[in-house]
Amino acid sequence: MALAAHKTEGAALLLARYPAPNGAAWLNRARNDAAARLADMGAPFGRDEYWRYTPPAALLGDVADVAHVADEALFNAADAHELVFVDGVFDAAQSTILDDVALQIQTLDAADADIHWAADLYGALESAGQNPVPRPMAALNTARAGQGVLVRVMGAAKPVVLRHIRKSANADAMLHHVIKVEAKAKLTLLEDGVVAARANTVIEVDVADNATFDHIRNQGRDHGRLLTTHIFARLGAESRFKSFTLSLNGRLSRNEAVITLTGDNASAHIAGAAVGDGDFLHDDTIFITHDAEHCESRQVFKKVLRNGANGVFQGKILVKQGAQKTDGYQISQGLLLDDDSNFLAKPELEIYADDVICSHGSTCGSVDETSLFYLTSRGVPRAEAQDLLVLAFLDEAIAEIRDDVVADMLRNRLGGWLERHRG
Amino acid sequence: MLNINNLHVKLEEEDKIILKGVNLTVGAGEVHAIMGPNGSGKSTLSYVLSGRDGYEVTDGSASLDGVDLLEMEPEDRAAAGLFLAFQYPVEIPGVGNMTFLRTAANAQRKSRGEPELSAAEFLKLVRSKAASLQIDAEMLKRPVNVGFSGGEKKRNEILQMAVLEPKMCILDETDSGLDVDAMKLVAEGVNALRSEGRSFLVITHYQRLLDHIKPDVVHIMADGRIIKTGGPELALEVENNGYADILAEVA
Repeated sequence: MALAAHKTEGAALLLARYPAPNGAAWLNRARNDAAARLADMGAPFGRDEYWRYTPPAALLGDVADVAHVADEALFNAADAHELVFVDGVFDAAQSTILDDVALQIQTLDAADADIHWAADLYGALESAGQNPVPRPMAALNTARAGQGVLVRVMGAAKPVVLRHIRKSANADAMLHHVIKVEAKAKLTLLEDGVVAARANTVIEVDVADNATFDHIRNQGRDHGRLLTTHIFARLGAESRFKSFTLSLNGRLSRNEAVITLTGDNASAHIAGAAVGDGDFLHDDTIFITHDAEHCESRQVFKKVLRNGANGVFQGKILVKQGAQKTDGYQISQGLLLDDDSNFLAKPELEIYADDVICSHGSTCGSVDETSLFYLTSRGVPRAEAQDLLVLAFLDEAIAEIRDDVVADMLRNRLGGWLERHRG
Repeated sequence: MLNINNLHVKLEEEDKIILKGVNLTVGAGEVHAIMGPNGSGKSTLSYVLSGRDGYEVTDGSASLDGVDLLEMEPEDRAAAGLFLAFQYPVEIPGVGNMTFLRTAANAQRKSRGEPELSAAEFLKLVRSKAASLQIDAEMLKRPVNVGFSGGEKKRNEILQMAVLEPKMCILDETDSGLDVDAMKLVAEGVNALRSEGRSFLVITHYQRLLDHIKPDVVHIMADGRIIKTGGPELALEVENNGYADILAEVA
């Protein structure tokens, strides 16, 4: 079927808006392929099934100035590689790369001509993740991102922190990271801060057999920011994948994850906690494909919304024929602190194997008055009592984080946000 | 201590009148029991005093040491020294029992202008109170009342009472759902808290509990009013003859 003209034109406009970076030959080839993909699928529009609840218009036009809210840096680990990006541009002077035999790091803008492992992955996982649901912002990213990191992990590596600093009021940034966790290797990737006034990030991660990948990110708290993120992950046999995202504020955040379990006994856990007050739209769009036996996946997403804030969840579990003994779980919950906020959920299961366990649930409600009365009757002021209950609601998502110290840091961030957004 | 005068209460959402002129005075250090048939308004009285939503006071007053209770928020009533031991303690997943207790105790101290307790001080305080109620560290760590047995929930209520040290304690059918041993344990917990400056209002269906928590005064409540007041012997009379005789006598 021919693409509607406005989608084709939209794609051309997007490609024209961002000049193609020039780099290694393999990279330029992958970028050209991605540009062609985008031209074929067209730009996103509000009538598209997957953009119905999150109008993409703000992602396509000019970027307005976005005020920055200074926030204390998270994940301050002494023994970690720290890569600093200022408005989405790598800053070597502020970055620290430690001696680590288990890990190789290059930045995308200085990628070698013969870095074969990265050449094999760049755009490949994104491209594979375009079917059956097109993800035009990811194709755009592959075609136009000039910044990012290429990380190859061969053993138990020190954590990698991607630290984002904003200086410009209206920068429009694109980052593309490629990560390969080799067999039996381990990596923790931490991301902190608002990338730019508007940002589009893609992470492609290949988690080989028996490898472990942990990802925790804090998307900062600038109210006006516009953000699209994609994680494309391919999991080998017996591998472990975990990703958690904390979102405070944000005019538009669309976090997509496309995870494919390709080897037996792999596990993928993805979770998120989002809190919004007022002009806030937060969308988690998840697609998990089980394509091997005895794999397990979990999706746990919680959103707290007030003053007309909007939450969207579109989560799918696809169990392919032959993916027997799959154990899939998905929960999405919205807690509305007033009558003006909205939570829209679209849980989907598509199962072609006959011996699987898949469960999904979605709820939307307000703070329980009986619990509130119990707490206040013991002397806890109502606002504080409500915060306790809201944090309790969010905790099922936070509990997905393996590291208790990091989990407590995020609980503190959420507690601080709730205190600032009372009344 | 507690003064309730001509208290009239209706449900907020419907035109149902529950309390039709309750008069009750509990002096400092006294233990009063309220007995009465189902639907007489006993639990409503406890909820109205502690500030639960859904009720409308249409007439009368209730004060604690001369301070009007009815105008206050629930948390302020608690800080003023009122405590309700719930008939059905609420389960709160995700909120640790210890966190809850400490938040409550410190919020009350703060509102009274007293210094807050550190985590270490507080732990010491709770441990000393918990032991006699047979509440172990494991129960303190668990989310509030989640997965607790009926007896554990009631003991947890008494623990909160012991830690918060209120002056006016209302026990709403604390004996319901308890076996004899559990009831004894709870009663011992309450008795340990009896003092000159602390009063109790014990709401119950059965005389049993009053064998363990000996009341000074017993009230019989029916159809939204206190219809008879007497000594402990009144409870025995109810136990032996039921409410029918008393109701007939008053009518």
